Amino acid sequence: MPYLGSEDVVKELKKALCNPHIQADRLRYRNVIQRVIRMSKLDQWGQAEVLYFLLRYQPRSEEELFDILNLLDSFLKSSSPGVVMGATKLFLILAKKFPHVQTDVLVQVKGPLLAACSSESRELCFAALCHVRQILHSLPGHFSSHYKKFFCSYSEPHYIKLQKVEVLCELVNDENVQQVLEELRGYCTDVSADFAQAAIFAIGGIARTYTDQCVQILTELLGLRQDHITTVVVQTFRDLVWLCPQCTEAVCQALPGCEENIQDSEGKQALIWLLGVHGERIPNAPYVLEDFVENVKSETFPAVKMELLTALLRLFLSRPAECQDTLGRLLYYCIEEEKDMAVRDRGLFYYRLLLAGIDEVKRILCSPKSDPSLGLLEDQAERPVNSWASDFNTLVPVYGKARWATISKCQGAERCGPELPNTASFATSGPLIPEENKKRVQELPDAGALMLVPKCQLTAECFEKTWLHLKVAHQQVLPWQGAVHPDTLQMALQVVNIQTIAMSRAGAQPWKAYLSAQDDTGCLFLTELLLEPENLEMQISVKQNEARTEALNGFISVLETVIGTIGEIKS
Amino acid sequence: MISQFFILSSKGDPLIYKDFRGDSGGRDVAELFYRKLTGLPGDESPVVMHHDDRHFIHIRHSGLYLVATTSENISPFSLLELLSRLATLLGDYCGSLGEGTISRNVALVYELLDEVLDYGYVQTTSTEMLRNFIQTEAVVSKPFSLFDLSSVGLFGAETQQSKVAPSSAASRPVLSSRTDQSQKNEVFLDVVERLSVLIASNGSLLKVDVQGEIRLKSFLPSGSEMRIGLTEEFCVGKSELRGYGPGIRVDEVSFHSSVHLDEFESHRILRLQPPQGELTVMRYQLSDDLPSPLPFRLFPSVQWDRGSGRLQVYLKLRCDLPPKSLSQELSSPEQKAELGEGALRWDLPRVQGGSQLSALFQMDVPGLPGPPGQGPSTSAPPLGLGPASLSFELPRHTCSGLQVRFLRLAFRPCGNANPHKWVRHLSHSDAYVIRI
Repeated sequence: MPYLGSEDVVKELKKALCNPHIQADRLRYRNVIQRVIRMSKLDQWGQAEVLYFLLRYQPRSEEELFDILNLLDSFLKSSSPGVVMGATKLFLILAKKFPHVQTDVLVQVKGPLLAACSSESRELCFAALCHVRQILHSLPGHFSSHYKKFFCSYSEPHYIKLQKVEVLCELVNDENVQQVLEELRGYCTDVSADFAQAAIFAIGGIARTYTDQCVQILTELLGLRQDHITTVVVQTFRDLVWLCPQCTEAVCQALPGCEENIQDSEGKQALIWLLGVHGERIPNAPYVLEDFVENVKSETFPAVKMELLTALLRLFLSRPAECQDTLGRLLYYCIEEEKDMAVRDRGLFYYRLLLAGIDEVKRILCSPKSDPSLGLLEDQAERPVNSWASDFNTLVPVYGKARWATISKCQGAERCGPELPNTASFATSGPLIPEENKKRVQELPDAGALMLVPKCQLTAECFEKTWLHLKVAHQQVLPWQGAVHPDTLQMALQVVNIQTIAMSRAGAQPWKAYLSAQDDTGCLFLTELLLEPENLEMQISVKQNEARTEALNGFISVLETVIGTIGEIKS
Repeated sequence: MISQFFILSSKGDPLIYKDFRGDSGGRDVAELFYRKLTGLPGDESPVVMHHDDRHFIHIRHSGLYLVATTSENISPFSLLELLSRLATLLGDYCGSLGEGTISRNVALVYELLDEVLDYGYVQTTSTEMLRNFIQTEAVVSKPFSLFDLSSVGLFGAETQQSKVAPSSAASRPVLSSRTDQSQKNEVFLDVVERLSVLIASNGSLLKVDVQGEIRLKSFLPSGSEMRIGLTEEFCVGKSELRGYGPGIRVDEVSFHSSVHLDEFESHRILRLQPPQGELTVMRYQLSDDLPSPLPFRLFPSVQWDRGSGRLQVYLKLRCDLPPKSLSQELSSPEQKAELGEGALRWDLPRVQGGSQLSALFQMDVPGLPGPPGQGPSTSAPPLGLGPASLSFELPRHTCSGLQVRFLRLAFRPCGNANPHKWVRHLSHSDAYVIRI
């Protein structure tokens, strides 16, 4: 048991949290919790522990909730960052039904977070930046007036600079866009190529809202004729043209001349795509593509060749006279001399398509040139605070959502199968779930040969009618302890495709539930669960609309397993 | 909580290893961590790494890696705070934190870890509580001597001996239980400010940020009450106004939990009973409105000679600090300039307030391909010069203007002379960038 500063506190906490009698009596539990909060002798570690324990507490009434929040207010001003963040998380979770309280708390924590972002300790700075990004997902304007604190400094390590650039991209608004863009423009010519490229991508992100200014900056950057800059700018243009078609004209004017400065595969693909789709607005498009075709034999990247084929064919549709010869040569090369099968295949496909007639080609190749709705989809709409409140002040924001998903997946798999061989290489970010474990995880619903169909829509009236109509096919009792948690049970039944038609709320006496399920042959199973007061067993009655014993047995074993597992987890 | 804790040297040699829960791996985890750290791709952060159901979280302090592993999803802030506190505690007990001191004091370190963490849970990090349990003595490299004046820590030191703090004083172990009669009770108070400035190429000020801390290192027996008086016109926030004139203003301030603030409102006095060891009494931040002018201004001018391909950079550095009343004449400072790693480095050991220094650098830039169509003898001018970054220390100067008026102790140790109080103010640059 953690020390928490004094023996008294330990005793109190032990009493409150381990003793089931106190837990069952709400009034006593609440009193102990209140006394614990009022303990003043805790050091910063004790305070952090108390705040962590309190996450499990459910206040009974609004009054009690605000009572607790008032008591904990002083923790928000503590000098220890662990305590401040713990208190913030507790506030966010306790006040999940009061968004204005959540916003208030986030305003109060702005100061400490910004101080942590400028801390001498790099690691603290990084953790704080990750949390700032988390907050910006819900309150994009929250840090907009403090944008200067996120300017990158020369000596910072690369990973901090990347986070700061992301934050700058996300807190842009009308007032600070000018300064932020100027600052990012400065980073684009940084000595480190990686950082410069990250800054350019950030400008691309801002360009979705402030298109004109950003396109102007990107065009200027093209004028520098630096390889690593030009390739990323062209890729950004390609994405921008897709999402914001209004800037196509400006982009097309900027493009001529940059083909000399692109050497890598991604950049070439982006340029070729742009020339193909918008080639009619770019005067020298066919000649640039012709250059690429001249050098196609020495081209090492098959993706570039594929893109070249598509682009040239598209351009041929709008400027046939200029492209005809080049297209012919390219097709000849791809079909006769190319060794990569994918490229050859595409070349053959286009050749046969051309043989089928120009209308066919137009029908297939004239795809939409832009899709602004994709931008709206990608721009994650402001997510409510409650979606990430439970991840605040944990390792999740520090890793990032994507990496955390990988980590928790492989953690889950390892817990399922203890005889899993250890993966020796630690350079990979997470091993894939091996095949044996996938089967083990899915074993639960696959009992015997019964396959329950998900989403069988049975209305309540239909259920009642059928229920009263049928006779009980099977009755059973299962041992059960304590009260039922309806949500857990409902979710567990959902996993095995058993739908809940009706369920009593927790604590009702007697407790009843009505379930329905349907298997793939159309056989319907209707179930009643009954828990009498003062009873240590749950009564199950199952009715079937077709008399099939093996299906019935299969269903019962599934039900037994689920209820048994829930019962075990609880106790 | 945490499963294992280990300390690695800057080259990855394990110095200390402690397993608290015995549930994950063995000593080879330290080597695993170091390999993963050095093999990490550039854009991933090394602060928290994951391998095999374990999270590794570490800080770098004085060149050492302090690493903790955990298998639970716990608060990164708490864990980082714990690691920083452990670093400070080890520094207090061993004198200073470094590879040498740790290797000499391995037994002490393990004893400390035993007391601080039990089964991976933090018991206490308060020096008060720990004093009662720690028996081992710290081993220092050489005996402490008041007359050791090599490498004085303070700039522009006056020549009188008593005004100079001994250089090794700060690295004496704080918490030794030696009751040496000649041992002085001392307390060191530092007001340290970090200055971050960004100046655009047209000379306008883009960003200025001051992060300040008042740090205390006390060798006094704990329980002695101390009162620190700050400047009376010290205002917090934009709306407050005290005294006459513009006053000394900071945006935000936060105090250590043991500081009593009852006299702060009225007289700007902090009252506390510090434990032995290091403590950060107060932290404050100030942005955008410095009362004093910026310490340094740079006036660059760049010329590109097309014919010979030579770049001339003329830098004029002006120091805008008030000239100190330093009577002795400074000999011409030994400046150095060197070119390496794509950067030009100019070292100036000392710059006097109010002075201007200038330097002319000529560099031959290897031939850049010029624009086509012109003769082969011309070459293109370089696209741009990277920003100038200054790093400096300003002794006896705080950018915000905050000064400690007095430091009074209520406790008089019997038999000993008055405790010595050393107060110094220091500003140094965090990131002072001037764009050219």
